[in-house]
Formats: sequence, C-alpha cells, structure tokens
Amino acid sequence: MKKTLATALFALLMSSTAHASCSFQNTVPLKSLTAAFDAWKAVTATMAECGNVRSELDQDFRTKQPAAFAANPSLYHIGGVSNGTLVPLMNGGTIRPLDALVAKYGQDLQPNQLIKVDGKIMSVAMDVNDQHLMYRTDILQELGIAVPTTWDEVLDAAAKIKASGKVAYPLGGTFKPGFDLGLDFTNLFLGFGGQFTKADNTPSINSPAGLKTLEMLKKIAAYMDPEYLVSDSTFVQKQFQQGKIAIANLWATRAAALDDPKESQVVGKIGLAAAPAAVKGGKPATTLWWDGIVIAKNITDAEADAAFRVAIAGMGESTLKAAPAAAVWLIKGYTPTKYAAGAVASANGGAPPYPSSTVYGLVASAVGDGAADFLTGKKTAEKTLADIEAAYLVKAKEQGLVK
Amino acid sequence: MSIFIALPLIGVFIESFYSTQPVFETVDVQSCTPGFTGQTCTTETKSRPRFDANGAPIVATSFIGVQAYRDLLQPDAVVRAFGPDGGGLWALLSIDFYAALRFTVTFTLITLPLVIGFGLVVALAVNSVTRKLRGLVIFAALLPFIITPVIGALSIRWLFIGDGILTAAIRAIFNSNISMFAQGWTIELLMLTYRVWHVAPFAFVVFYAGLQTVDQDTLESAIVDGASRWERLRCVIVPHLMPLIVFVALIHLMDSYRVFEEVVGFSSQAHRISLQFLTFNFLTPDQTGNRAITRAAASSMLTMVGIVVLLVPLITHAWRTQRGRR
Repeated sequence: MKKTLATALFALLMSSTAHASCSFQNTVPLKSLTAAFDAWKAVTATMAECGNVRSELDQDFRTKQPAAFAANPSLYHIGGVSNGTLVPLMNGGTIRPLDALVAKYGQDLQPNQLIKVDGKIMSVAMDVNDQHLMYRTDILQELGIAVPTTWDEVLDAAAKIKASGKVAYPLGGTFKPGFDLGLDFTNLFLGFGGQFTKADNTPSINSPAGLKTLEMLKKIAAYMDPEYLVSDSTFVQKQFQQGKIAIANLWATRAAALDDPKESQVVGKIGLAAAPAAVKGGKPATTLWWDGIVIAKNITDAEADAAFRVAIAGMGESTLKAAPAAAVWLIKGYTPTKYAAGAVASANGGAPPYPSSTVYGLVASAVGDGAADFLTGKKTAEKTLADIEAAYLVKAKEQGLVK
Repeated sequence: MSIFIALPLIGVFIESFYSTQPVFETVDVQSCTPGFTGQTCTTETKSRPRFDANGAPIVATSFIGVQAYRDLLQPDAVVRAFGPDGGGLWALLSIDFYAALRFTVTFTLITLPLVIGFGLVVALAVNSVTRKLRGLVIFAALLPFIITPVIGALSIRWLFIGDGILTAAIRAIFNSNISMFAQGWTIELLMLTYRVWHVAPFAFVVFYAGLQTVDQDTLESAIVDGASRWERLRCVIVPHLMPLIVFVALIHLMDSYRVFEEVVGFSSQAHRISLQFLTFNFLTPDQTGNRAITRAAASSMLTMVGIVVLLVPLITHAWRTQRGRR
C-alpha cells in the first residue's frame, strides 16, 4: 500500500514538473500528424506536456495528410509539413491562414519563421534542413585528400579510397527510386543550371543539364554498394554508422546520429561540409528545406486557437533545451551546434530553396520514377529523359496544366 | 451479386473514361522562405488551383474517351518499337505497362507448375509417413501459408539485403560477395521462390485431403497387374486428383495474377513491377496531392481482362468435365 502510494505521488510530482515545460494547460482535445524524425519527436514530446494532445508520427505522412485534412471536420488539427509537402495542402485549400493567431500568440516567434504565401502566413517553420557532405575525417586525413568541394573531386577521392581498400564502398547516397532519387536528380540538375519547365509548363528536362545529371549519378553510383537502388536515408545512415562508406551527401538531421555512441562505430570521425557543387565554382548542388506546422481549416476557431498555442509551445525553448542537436533550429535562442556546420555552409554558399510548386511536384514524381532506368542500363540517357518528359506530360495534361 | 460485384465494376469502367481535375490559374505569387539571417522572398509565376467562395478548390469533370487507355498502352510507342531501328521487344518492355504485364504473366506461369508439383510431392510424402508423426508434419508444412504475405516477404528481404544474415553467411563460407538486390533477375528469382514457398502448402493440404479418398481397391488391383509406383501415380492417383488440380490451378492463377506483396516487400519497383502495383502507384497521391484515378481505373480494367483471358481455358475445361458427368 505504502509503495503504491509512493509511486502515485512520484508520478504526480513527475507530471507536474512535466507540465512546467509547457506554459499553459490545454483543455481542448487535439491531434497532430507529422513526420517521425528526431526533430519532430522533440517537438511533439513538448506538445504532449501541454495536455490533451495525441501525436501521430509517421514517415508516410505525405500520402496521408491531403485526404485527412480534406475531411470535415479535419482528422487532425496540427500538421507537420516541409516546403515539399505544403503544396498539396495549399492546393486542396485545407489549411488556414495564421496571421491573426500569430498576432495573438506569436510574440516569441522570429520573423524568418513565418512562411508567407501571397502575403498570408500559412505555416510557421521550426528548422531548416538540407542534404550536405558528410565524410570520414580519419580516412581523408590518412590518404591526404582535401575535403572535396565539387562532385568531380568527390569522384577523385572515391577512386583513391577504393584503391586503399579502407571501406567496403567509398560512397553512399539516397538513390531509392521515388522521392529520394528524384531529390538527388533535382539537386544536381539545378547545380548544372538546368530549368525543369518553360513558361508554358512544357518540360525542358531533356537538356544538356539533364544529360550531365544522369551521367554524374551513374558515376557516383559506380562507387556505391551495388544494391544502391534500395538505399534511403536510414540505409545510408546505417552504412556510415557501421563504417562501410566514407563519403555521402546526407540530410543534416541525420548528422547527430552518426556521433551517437549507442548506435555508431564511427563516433568522432565524421566531418561535415557544404554539399559539393556540380560545376567548379558553382553553388552547392543541394536544396534548402524547412520543416514547420500548419493548422487545419475544417476545425472550429476555438480548436484552432488551442492547436496554434500548443504548436507554438512545441517549438519553444524547452524543446530547444531537450534536443539542441536534433535539427538546425530556427527557434529563438538557438546557437548552432557542430552538427549544423554543413547546413550553414550550404546555405551561405547560396544553395537554392527546394522548388515547391504544383508543376515541380509533377516533375519530381516523374523524375523519381524514371531516372532509375538509366542507372540499371535499361535505357540510354536520351531515352530516359524523353520518357521522363512524356510521363510528366501525361500527368500535366491530366491536371490541365498543359493544354 | 449485382450490388457487390457488378455495380463497382461498372463504376470503375465508367470512371476510366472521365477525368476530374482542379481548374488552374496562372498568377504571380510572392512566397517567403526562411534563411539563417532573414527571409528570402521571391515572386514567381505559378500555376495554382482556383478556389470557390467556401475556399474549396474548383474541379471540372470531362469526358476524355479512351485517353487513359492510350496513356497506358501507348500504341504509338509500340508501333515505333517494332518499326525500323525501334529496338523491338526490348523497347516494348521499357514501357511501364508492358514491363508489368511481362513480369505478372511470367510470374504466374512459372509459379503455377511449381506450386502444383511441390504440393503433390509433399502430399505424397506426408501420406507415407507413419500415422504418429503425421499431425506434426502437416502442421510444420502448413506454417509458410499462415504467415502474412507482406511480413514474409519483408523477412526474406532482411535475410538477403545489404549484409543480411544469409548474405554474410554465404560470403563467409564461399568467400564470394553476392548482391541479391543489385539486379533485376536475382530479385525476380527471390520473388518466385518466395511465392512457391508461401503457396505450396495450400496445394499440399488440398491434395492431401484428396489422397484420402483414392479408391484402395483400384490401387491394389494395379499392384496385382504389376504396375510400378510411377505408373500407379500416373494412371490412378493423378486422374483421381484431376478436379482438385484444376481447382488449385484456378485459385493460384487468380491469386498470382494479382501479385503485389512481393513488389512492396522486396521493394523491387526499380527493377520489376506488377500490374497491381501499377494501379497502386496511380492511386498513391503524387507530390501535388493528386491521384491519377482515371488511369488507375483503366489499369484495373485491363488487369481484369487479363485474369479472364488466363482463366478461360481452365473454366471451359471444368465446364466440359461437369457436362460430361451429367
């Protein structure tokens, strides 16, 4: 009896201290749907402490969100988005402008957190993210290789590392068809100065930049594990952690995990730098992302009020304190940790923001599905690009974007 | 019948001729994204949907005829493939639909005899095991069939992918590095093996039940006539089991033409896709949140036509034997 009483008391104490990290007590039942990486874990953990919040963390959120938010009433109040996944919600008209709520509760927000589309605040960002260079400092040092700044230098370095036999495969990369491969293509394509579409939305992917991109992808793939077409972010992270690869262009949000002694064998041996440029003297061949929250439109104003307050609390100081290295935060009071170095370098090097638009969404889908045919040797580069353009045109015509 | 089968079929059929799309307008949009020091605001000309007074996007439905079927079957590209310098069959198989059709058909036709063969062999073997052990052996033989297909495929995948247990073991024993997921044919081999392993127990159970009803007198008189083991199997047991073999073949053809779990479980979409996966891919929202419903409807219609074509010989066979018996 005494023991249970003590446990209950302890639990009560714990919960009251937990409540302390959220500035108010939420009484409206709320639900959120976000991605599942570390930054979101930290944010939703803080949100939960405000009370009455059920958070769903799901890496398949991008396919679930549009339909869930289109329901009336919406199945979720708070949504986690990035610049890529904001587009379907904007196109569906299922999220509400936040100007009034920001004016009411957003005193602690920084001006650069406010994502404005056409003058209205549609989302509040919490972090920035990008794919940038990660490398094994010990291997590069032993072989006397300077940190590569272009993809050609990366290939030279890979050749030397391969000759030395220090790791199983010199390079890693997120080459899984679909979203991952589409993004790798986009990063390089923009780096080579390519334009995806013309003014009338007709494609211009089959261009010199497109050919150079495919050639480069194939050269990179030659230094990777031959099973690279199943390789997503987690796969590359594991390859690094197990000491199988020496260089990769990987998400900033994965950097801290490579230094985590609980799962990594290469602690303290990882260096971060800006993404390599596609051409000498060019901008880093990567795109800048942000992650943030949106509030559903099909909910009552009272619910929206509570949802916004909870979300803002989740992006506050206590999250920053609990997980300072989980992301490159935009939260007030953030001082960059060493894991932010690569992202900061890419941004300062002039990497462009990820192109978030309806047209680009269709391009990305077509590229992600089609580019693998060149890597597997099924098609020539010209045929691959022509087929990608054809696939894009079918979708664009279906949606009425191209006459 | 009409509510649960005919109505949905007709609905999907009609759906494949109509396209519903948002109405887009081209406007200059100013959008601001965060940087480290401040915000970057850019004004771009973008296409975006138009909204009605309630803020819902305006959509328009239009009759598009057989456009969805054309987009799938690409008749022009087929003609080009078999024209001069077209590349022939190879070029044809680089079109998604035909690649999926090729895989689905070969997958179905290769697994069919293997499933029936293995099922029969196991049934005969179990039938000759002593009665005491039979229950245990039947239970063990049935296990693969109990596993959820996706879970089974995933576990096989983890045995072989990257440095999976089996890949690592093979490397340690034979000192040769195999990459099962680096090329299409090895993945296809895994998928075929997995399907046979998974479905053979079903055939086994059906055949085993059939074996219990074989007429013992006929078998004994065959032995008296000096028939060898093989002749008894060929002339007595297999003819007796024939209706069951046709039944298993029917079920298996329908099942494996819908092959889907293997593609997802082995994530083979870069190398091999099936017709069901193609439909699934159309129904998955793309990065603009849109689903290609019309093409999905067209592709499921074509899948259904395929199943009917495959089943026709077996169904007419069953029909004839039924009529012959009456």
